[in-house]
Amino acid sequence: MSVLYIAMPVALLISAIFVLAFVRQVNSGQLDDLETPPRRMLYDDSDLVVGNESRQRK
Amino acid sequence: LIDSVHAEQFCCTGCRAAWQLINACGLGVFYHMVDAAGDKRPGSLRTRGDRRFEEFDHVESLGRCAKGPNDLAKAQLRITGIHCSACVWLLEKLPTMVRGVVRAHVNWSKSTVTVVWHPEQVQLSSVAETLNRLGYSPSLYRDDRDDDHRALENRRQLIQIGIAAAAAGNNMLIATALYLGMFSHMSADIETLMRIASCVVGLVSFLGPGRVFLRGAVNAVRTWTPHMDLPIALALAIGTTVGFVNTVRGTGEIYFDSLSVLICLLLIGRWIQFRQQTRAADAVALLYKLTPRRARKLVNGKTVEVFADELIPDDLASIRPGDLIPADGTVIEGVSSVDESILTGESRAVQRQFGHSVAAGTMNVDGFLTIRVTAAASETRIHQVMKLVEEAGAKKPAIVLWANRIGGYFVLIVMGLSLITLLIWLQFDPSRATDRVVAVLVVSCPCALAMATPLAISVALGRLARHRILVKSGDVLQSMIDPGMIWLDKTGTLTSGKMRVQSWNGDKHWIPIVAEVERNFDHPIANALVEFANEVNPLLGAHPKDVHDIKLAAGGVVATAGVHRLLIGNRLLLESFGVVVGRDWLTLESRILRKHRSPIWIAIENEIAAVASLGDTIRLDSYALVRKLKRWGWKVGILSGDHNEVVESVARELEIEKFMGGLSPEQKLSFVNSSLQDGATVMVGDGVNDGAALAAATVGIAVDGGAEASLSAAPVYLARSGLTGICDLITVAIATKKALQLNFVVSITYNIFGVGLAMIGVLGPLFAAILMPLSSVTVIALSLNTARRSMDRCNPSYTQGNL
Repeated sequence: MSVLYIAMPVALLISAIFVLAFVRQVNSGQLDDLETPPRRMLYDDSDLVVGNESRQRK
Repeated sequence: LIDSVHAEQFCCTGCRAAWQLINACGLGVFYHMVDAAGDKRPGSLRTRGDRRFEEFDHVESLGRCAKGPNDLAKAQLRITGIHCSACVWLLEKLPTMVRGVVRAHVNWSKSTVTVVWHPEQVQLSSVAETLNRLGYSPSLYRDDRDDDHRALENRRQLIQIGIAAAAAGNNMLIATALYLGMFSHMSADIETLMRIASCVVGLVSFLGPGRVFLRGAVNAVRTWTPHMDLPIALALAIGTTVGFVNTVRGTGEIYFDSLSVLICLLLIGRWIQFRQQTRAADAVALLYKLTPRRARKLVNGKTVEVFADELIPDDLASIRPGDLIPADGTVIEGVSSVDESILTGESRAVQRQFGHSVAAGTMNVDGFLTIRVTAAASETRIHQVMKLVEEAGAKKPAIVLWANRIGGYFVLIVMGLSLITLLIWLQFDPSRATDRVVAVLVVSCPCALAMATPLAISVALGRLARHRILVKSGDVLQSMIDPGMIWLDKTGTLTSGKMRVQSWNGDKHWIPIVAEVERNFDHPIANALVEFANEVNPLLGAHPKDVHDIKLAAGGVVATAGVHRLLIGNRLLLESFGVVVGRDWLTLESRILRKHRSPIWIAIENEIAAVASLGDTIRLDSYALVRKLKRWGWKVGILSGDHNEVVESVARELEIEKFMGGLSPEQKLSFVNSSLQDGATVMVGDGVNDGAALAAATVGIAVDGGAEASLSAAPVYLARSGLTGICDLITVAIATKKALQLNFVVSITYNIFGVGLAMIGVLGPLFAAILMPLSSVTVIALSLNTARRSMDRCNPSYTQGNL
């Protein structure tokens, strides 16, 4: 079980890294607006081109 | 416009212009998206062709404009008319529509679009013009530091929650290992490692995110006010200290798992509350941001551009068509229609001429106006209303405060009980004393109580929102439980607020011809007459009548129908054209007037042909609402700005005893204030017209009207037509109260048993740790469930009541 002496600090270190990642995410403004991005991703640019062409063919 | 050759049909030229623009830019697929999004509203896109946008080019002086790299300029515009996801897509395609625009970024929740453009290639005014042609009316955003401040505060809180949640999660894992270790005989050195790890994580959580509670507690002690942070901070401090000491000593309980979870949950609760307040503040700030920054002041006959805030009373300001009015004032020159929808929610523009007063923030639509300023900057009506709303918004939801306070005392009692437990067990069996104390502390964790109250409220608010009743703060629910005084506005609330032809006395033959004339005007009376004609004969529009020379005259309209002169209007019009009103007609007129309706005369040459009686109609659901409110024990009254006689007839019709007519908004406010002294007062009205009264009342309910203006003034906005929402609101409030009481009873019972058992030693720390989350789950499930079943009981009786 002595492996825990290494595993434990490593685990805590990894969680610290993720917390830091989260902090950076927040500070870069990614979580400021939670309502527009889910709508923006509904329409992919490549899909649009296809949609446009199929319309013209009609 | 209806053209059978093309597949596309349009309701108006505005829609067609928008369609042509979108298609010309190769973005026609937008319409497929709109269909796919299931939103049937693109037809409501409005364009105002003649709006001017020159002021957009002064954006550099407006503050919110940053010079980016490569000489790019950036500005934030507020957009009205974003309905669906497809709108987001279309707006962000601006770079393909306007050359020189580099990027457009939509923020849905704030209804803004951030535009980045090359100043050499394109002016912001042409960007704004394109937006306007698309039907998204743009306005400039005023510089507002509060906005950035709130965004930063939001980020700060999110980071704190992130750290606290990570600490809580890790500590739970470590705690699980420790508990399991009790059974599997964990070796002592590993146990020590675990405890040290738990201690480190716990200290991070306590000294990082947990500091905010310590700060609150210190402030509470300094000012000698009981505060929820005080017992929490005490519990955190004692728990951490004892836990730390025990970690160092190597024996005894450490409490870091419970403490980390507590910190995390409390922070989440706070953040939710903060978000709600931000939303409310946003709506208010909106009004401020829409008042113009610049004004054109008249000095010795010349116009000078000044900042709107620099205007002082008695200054003269000139307002071009399409401009926003910079200050409150009186018109001294010019005639124009003014769109006051931001203030009143009335979508039709109102005619303003010499002597009329105009309000800051409203839009001058079609003529030049010169006004004498009566109030500017922070003295304007729009600012006064905002101030009231801001004051109201600063208060915290009382029900949450109450739960916090109870939670606080609860913690104090628990601390006391654990102290007693400690003292008693130290005398009988010192070796088991810590065990008992920990069991008491763990089993009585007040998280269930602390979380259940905000949760029950947010469930209720969510449920109401789905029924298109928007509630800004949880306080409303509590105030609506016990019956009090409810004041209803008349026009637009109890009545439909629309003129309708109630009866037509005379020759029916003239109805279509009158309609043909009135079709040319956009006025409540004209619309009522046209609508009436359509009701009488829907096929009317198909056979155009021979009318020409249509002219406005004082009090009505003059036209030539065939060869005859046709007069439509009030008595003044008839008299000015020398038409004699006979005795029979006079008795008819007095009968119409007694019913508090307006007579509109139709005269051919010098003979009266007919008289139409026009009036406002009472909404069907008003009857049922009043009856229902009375049955529930509410006192009902009417406060109206309309003539006293009209109000009286409506009150009699609805069997309401208390009514006051002819009131100014300020008088309404003082009425609400005086009835506030007798207890809870609910005010129901429309938009900012009743804004001050709505804000002052215990609960203000805005009906229909402009959503933005209404929501900023009142904590409740009924976004659906009709008044059944008020009934739903009361039902949900009562159900939520029941849910809260049930939660309270459940958690108190659980805690009394749990603490009791833990104190006498039946319940060990391990079982306590299992029971604790179970109680939270029970309470949360209860609040979710009760709120869900409360609403639909209300409506069936309504339909019975009025049809």
